[in-house]
Amino acid sequence: MPRTVIEKIWDEHQIADLGDGTCLIYTDRVFLHERTGSVALKSLEAAGRQVRNPEQVFCTMDHIVDTFPGRTDETRMPGGTAFIQTTRDAALSAGINLFDLGDTRQGIAHVVSPEQGIALPGATIVCPDSHTGTLGGLGALAWGIGSTEAEHALATKTLVVKKPKTMRVTFTGQLSAGVTAKDMILTLIGRHSASGGIGYAIEFAGEAVCKLSIEARLTLCNMTVEFGAWSGLVAPDHKTFEYINGRPYAPGESLWEQAVEHWQALGSDPDATFDKEIEINCADIAPQITWGTSPMHETGIDRLVPDPNDETDENKRAAMERALEYMALEAGTPLEGIPIDAAFIGSCTNSRLSDLRAAAEILEGRKVAEGIRAICVPGSGLVKQAAEAEGIDKIFMAAGFDWRESGCSMCFFAGGESFGHEERVVSSTNRNFENRQGPRTRTHLASPATVAASAIEGRLADVRNLD
Amino acid sequence: MEKFTELEAIAAPLIRINIDTDVIIPSREMKRVSKDGLSDGMFANWRYTEPGGREENPDFVLNREPYRQAKILLTGDNFGCGSSREHAVWALAEWGIRCIIAPGFGNIFYGNCVRNGILPVILPEETVSGLVRQVEEDPARNMLQVDLIHCMVGAPDGTTNSFEIAPADQEMLLEGLDAIAVTRRRDDEILAFQGRDRLKRPWIYL
Ligand code: SF4
Repeated sequence: MPRTVIEKIWDEHQIADLGDGTCLIYTDRVFLHERTGSVALKSLEAAGRQVRNPEQVFCTMDHIVDTFPGRTDETRMPGGTAFIQTTRDAALSAGINLFDLGDTRQGIAHVVSPEQGIALPGATIVCPDSHTGTLGGLGALAWGIGSTEAEHALATKTLVVKKPKTMRVTFTGQLSAGVTAKDMILTLIGRHSASGGIGYAIEFAGEAVCKLSIEARLTLCNMTVEFGAWSGLVAPDHKTFEYINGRPYAPGESLWEQAVEHWQALGSDPDATFDKEIEINCADIAPQITWGTSPMHETGIDRLVPDPNDETDENKRAAMERALEYMALEAGTPLEGIPIDAAFIGSCTNSRLSDLRAAAEILEGRKVAEGIRAICVPGSGLVKQAAEAEGIDKIFMAAGFDWRESGCSMCFFAGGESFGHEERVVSSTNRNFENRQGPRTRTHLASPATVAASAIEGRLADVRNLD
Repeated sequence: MEKFTELEAIAAPLIRINIDTDVIIPSREMKRVSKDGLSDGMFANWRYTEPGGREENPDFVLNREPYRQAKILLTGDNFGCGSSREHAVWALAEWGIRCIIAPGFGNIFYGNCVRNGILPVILPEETVSGLVRQVEEDPARNMLQVDLIHCMVGAPDGTTNSFEIAPADQEMLLEGLDAIAVTRRRDDEILAFQGRDRLKRPWIYL
């Protein structure tokens, strides 16, 4: 029977069908961070349980550590130091792989995992963090779990998982200049709502997806959770294999060919059927920007703030009205030109080298507008190092950006740091929820290029119109 | 996990609907990297006179005798709704709650209870109000009897009320198993799978 890539990976990891729609699934890799991993490791230890196959478990510090140069275990987050130190101690005693502070490999979990060759095509990867689906960019089946589930995965190498429905999202046609993977995923969520993916595992397919770089595919998959989906992936291809080859935890020379042969067979069979299909023509996509407090509250930068009165669904209309009030925006205002207070480039969505390059291209020879606070946080120590080798740090700093150590940072109060009360921030992150980036902070999600262009203009800007 | 078979205990009435996990344990009370030490912050907003403070509010039911010894909570519909924070259940368990009787529970909270040795009992609203009336007459004497083997709650007046629970949840609580222990029963299957997989995908095994 023809199968989708999702079914192929699922079948390969299914140990038992438990009935009632759930299966016992083998988990190849567990990734932890100091906010949720700390509790999981500690309580496992307290229960006298061992981590099974600790060599396949990884841990980083990203959610609590601060990102100031010269940082230590101290953070402004109350009790934060204990989380960092407990995680370190528990990781060492469990014998798992730790990317600690001071290690250049440290960084945001979902940036480190591809970079180190930990996430692999056809592998199942779990992490007590909702953006684990990012790793689908490499053709892995990856999803976020809770802290007790993480304990389960650590102790047994398995999880009890409800079998998802399958969906294929096909992006046809070509992206225009200035339009990125971030704009593609925002468009999907804007058109099909923040709950459009609930219950599904998604395969992203189509010409435009094939053309995306691996880093861009990671961005695309990063926000499947904002679409409500359980997981999402891009079937692996020659670009994936090239990306992985030679990375520290990737298959070595002796196993490489066997692995690639295996991965090549993972793609969806031509006549495989999905429970749902969505098609989006990339020719219609402009640089996107969010105007509200859900990632589905988004539209093209060249459009107007929408009018709730045009929305027929009562609940959605009420949410739009609340969002506009929170965001202090009037329906009918052109989005391009709305003044901002701050700009942020970072997070597991858009903090990889290609993201920083795209922003630097715009920032080079330009300055951030007066009074705008601008911050760049590379996704990992290695991203930072690579960017510095290219002189990207100098471009950012000359433009007026802060250049930080890696971590989650102001994506959500990591290190106890946030934007100010009612500040308007254009941000390359993934969540524009109320209070996400600070007290009553107003977040506009966009691609790194749009963030950079807006920082220079001091207002939401269309990167295509920059002189 | 502590087994749950039978329990005879003081029951405390806390009748409000939609008590969410944020109320059960406010986020500022989740300060430590631990499932322990949370009971102090349980219901902190109601239990203490000031946010973050520790001066007891004498009006809060669990601050009064004999309810301080309660092991059963009688409460309103949709108890434990809201965020998935398991800390809510950890706090209740540590404080001493072993059974919660309500007309309905938040979905994730219900699962978290079972996983942490607390029995969640669903009874109709009228039944819960009836139990509250009897308990309040003389809480120290009018204890409730909960029997998980027969799925019954015995009232002080001698009447019994049966409740339903999924067999897997019942077994987990009766035997004091946790999800890990349940999966561990399949260890042979898991290890056999791993053995086959290691040959098929050796690069996964670092
Ligand atoms: S960068 Fe933001 S979204 Fe990504 S893992 Fe960190 S906190 Fe979560």
